Amino acid sequence: MDRDEAKKAIVETLEKKAKTKSKFYLKDFYKMVPDEKPRAVKNIVNEMVGEGTLEYWSSGSTTMIGLAGTGKQAAAEDED
Amino acid sequence: MAKHETPLLDQLESGPWPSFVSDLKQEAESRAKNEKGIEYQIPQDVCEDILGVLELSYKHGRTHWKHGGIVGVFGYGGGVIGRYCDQPKMFPGVAHFHTMRVNQPAGKFYTTDYLKKICDLWEFRGSGVTNMHGSTGDIILLGTTTPQLEEIFHELTHNMDQDLGGSGSNLRTPADCIGAARCEYACYDTQALCYDLTQEYQDELHRPAFPYKFKFKFDGCPNCCVASIARSDMSFIGTWRDNIRIDQETVKAYIGGEIAPNAGAHSGRDWGAFDIQKEVNDLCPTGCMYMDGDKLVIDDKECTRCMHCINVMPQALRIGEDRGLSILVGAKAPILDGAQMGSLLVPFIKVEEPYDEIKEVIEAIWDWWMEEGKNRERLGELIKRQGFQKLLEATNIKAIPQHVQEPRHNPYIFWKEDEVEGGWDRDINKFRKDHLR
Ligand code: SF4
Ligand code: SF4
Repeated sequence: MDRDEAKKAIVETLEKKAKTKSKFYLKDFYKMVPDEKPRAVKNIVNEMVGEGTLEYWSSGSTTMIGLAGTGKQAAAEDED
Repeated sequence: MAKHETPLLDQLESGPWPSFVSDLKQEAESRAKNEKGIEYQIPQDVCEDILGVLELSYKHGRTHWKHGGIVGVFGYGGGVIGRYCDQPKMFPGVAHFHTMRVNQPAGKFYTTDYLKKICDLWEFRGSGVTNMHGSTGDIILLGTTTPQLEEIFHELTHNMDQDLGGSGSNLRTPADCIGAARCEYACYDTQALCYDLTQEYQDELHRPAFPYKFKFKFDGCPNCCVASIARSDMSFIGTWRDNIRIDQETVKAYIGGEIAPNAGAHSGRDWGAFDIQKEVNDLCPTGCMYMDGDKLVIDDKECTRCMHCINVMPQALRIGEDRGLSILVGAKAPILDGAQMGSLLVPFIKVEEPYDEIKEVIEAIWDWWMEEGKNRERLGELIKRQGFQKLLEATNIKAIPQHVQEPRHNPYIFWKEDEVEGGWDRDINKFRKDHLR
């Protein structure tokens, strides 16, 4: 799987799950790109955040990641 | 007249200790007066509202902060922690109250000029309230609004040569003791190593990389001034391989009362004459010190480098000359499973630039933890769940006696099937014919 295919696979999986779940742990992404090492998946995911496809959510202690603009949003906090 | 009545908080000020409530009131008053004519970028009465929301939390016995958020600065997945108040109408000053973590300088060396600048920046663009320092070590800037985040980040990185620290599932800001800069006990240059690894692992520090948080801490000697052994997933503690250097003449001077023990640290009270037997030899945890006439003897092969004797007689006893560090792993605070201290993984390793040997251990541990660790599972919990032996396999380190706390207790080395003659399925009855129980 090359980088673009990996990114596509990630977006597809997240879109499929979007109804029930909008935020995922980094580890959940490993399964979406099974033939890559965790470290490579981490790099792809972080790159996708940089590109604006994904976004981080942080409690301070843990970080979760989801499609940008899904789930509880900036709008709900009067952030827009 | 205060904006909110805070009788419960006021009561906290009555104790003997300095009070954060008084501090907040002082900052609230200073912002209200604004003698320096600052153009505050977030509500001027933010500190009044902190006091208000806190009072309400005390009254209700539960928090009025919401959990987490998506805010951050571009390109970073850490260093900013979103906080929102769940009563924004009542306390508009703290409706958005995000925390920023700033990577503290190694050894926490500051110039007063720097501290003034950071305080000025934070009064201008934030609440003015800081926490020096958070338990990871960062400078914590408490409370600002979303539009200020990029502005503050730009100012810190472009004009003050500062960076944000780690948060979330990142490598957390590495922390070290003042070490070789001021301390004669330093067995390696903690600041050099802390700085090098901070630079090397920038990506892990600024973007989530792991199942959960991961902390590095560097102590120059086993006195552990940054408490690495209790508070970091990987702790680097200075030690030495050869012998404690003894100056017998100076030992005599301690015994004769010419030099105050512990460098005079306990001189606030009269403890009587110094008794080397009672205060040093009998307190040596390994019992490896004794007097041979008026000569102090240390059986160095039994010494665990606890530092006690050196701390008591620093002029007479000095750390050895063949120095390096020990690596301990798996310490953590008590969220799950209780608190855990670090377990010894590497008893001794030389500390030499570019620290490749140390980085090899770090990266092997990360690969294992990223692969095997569950979501929100700290390294120490993974070691407990899968066993220390798995960690040894992952890091390619051979089991050695130093890995065992005491014999025949809680063994962690188990046989594997291919190491046992006949494997798991061999006919036990046939074996028992020749070998009675
Ligand atoms: S940990 Fe040891 S070397 Fe570091 S400052 Fe403390 S006493 Fe000195
Ligand atoms: S450092 Fe600790 S263990 Fe070693 S000789 Fe001194 S008191 Fe004993």
